[in-house]
Amino acid sequence: MAAQKSTLGTIRLILWAAVGVAVLAGGLILSGELARTGPGLPGAARIGGPFVLTSHTGQRFSSERLAGKPYMLFFGFTHCPDICPTTLHEVSKHLEALGPAADNLTVLFVTVDPERDTQELLSQYLSAFDKRIIGLTGTAEEIAQVTKAYRAIYEKVATTGEDYTMNHTATVYLFDAGGRLRSTLTWQEPEETRMGKLKKLLAG
Amino acid sequence: MTTIWKTAAVLTMVAASLFGRSATAQDYKVGSIEITAPWTRATPPGAKVAGGFMTITNTGSEPDRLIAGSFGPAKRVEIHEMAVEDGVMKMRMLETGIEIKPGETVTLKPGGLHVMFLDLEAAIAQGAKVVGTLTFEKAGQIEIGYEIAPIGAGKPAADHGHHGAGSGSAVQR
Repeated sequence: MAAQKSTLGTIRLILWAAVGVAVLAGGLILSGELARTGPGLPGAARIGGPFVLTSHTGQRFSSERLAGKPYMLFFGFTHCPDICPTTLHEVSKHLEALGPAADNLTVLFVTVDPERDTQELLSQYLSAFDKRIIGLTGTAEEIAQVTKAYRAIYEKVATTGEDYTMNHTATVYLFDAGGRLRSTLTWQEPEETRMGKLKKLLAG
Repeated sequence: MTTIWKTAAVLTMVAASLFGRSATAQDYKVGSIEITAPWTRATPPGAKVAGGFMTITNTGSEPDRLIAGSFGPAKRVEIHEMAVEDGVMKMRMLETGIEIKPGETVTLKPGGLHVMFLDLEAAIAQGAKVVGTLTFEKAGQIEIGYEIAPIGAGKPAADHGHHGAGSGSAVQR
């Protein structure tokens, strides 16, 4: 009888301890999530991640360089007739309009076509746009890794013979100094809206 | 006196036709097909591709198809369709070209249908018109001149001038 009572007591104790651990763990996960998400977009903590690529000037570029400063990142390729040069042109216009205020903004154009977009070609191509734009290329594996980190999609589309074009995520991501996704730009929205988002991002 | 007036009249007509030409988009016609204001954009250095845009009207009673083309500095020309779906830019080659039904006008414009210029042997420079051809299944081939707008322009250069939207990389706002 006494032995049975003490067994029940032990079970009760273990159960309560389990509840305690669950509550504590839940709280920790939640606070961690909140800390990472902060004022960014919902789910923003899951977008972005470490990468090392090669810049159009030939230097290795690590995502560590993005810490503590706002940055803009978008994917594209130079064998792109429309959306990529348009994005680069519009971004250049915004940078010019923002002037020195945008010097603190890191702007990254990441190729999804590393096979054709060599460092030399990126360097040549980007000479037509704002000098603050950094072109990034890498090995097929490095590009696969960075696109995965940013939840971007890219795929080769066969055209004629051996030739191909690319489908890719065309979103322009805006991250704050804490590395949180704050907003995105699209070319369907008015220029004023885009400028507003950029000014807000730069204001912190 | 009469010769002076005649000369003045001729000069006025010449001036009017010159201004008329620069102010309105150039049209081309082959069979029942009318092409209005073909244009493309200057390319960044090293670029190997560009897109050509225009409107095509079929004034006839039979459907026709744009099936091929050529463009000065391009080794090849294809007909493509681009679309942005859920934030993803998707490109598709139209193997059977673009159908233009009787009485229909099809617009080739940024973000949609375009004539794709491939393997450019030289950059497309802003300013000078570039000659190309278009081939229609029924109407046949026609030579056209593409106006060259600045890099990243959303509209033909002529439109820009008219609406004061500016050209080049000048900041508007």
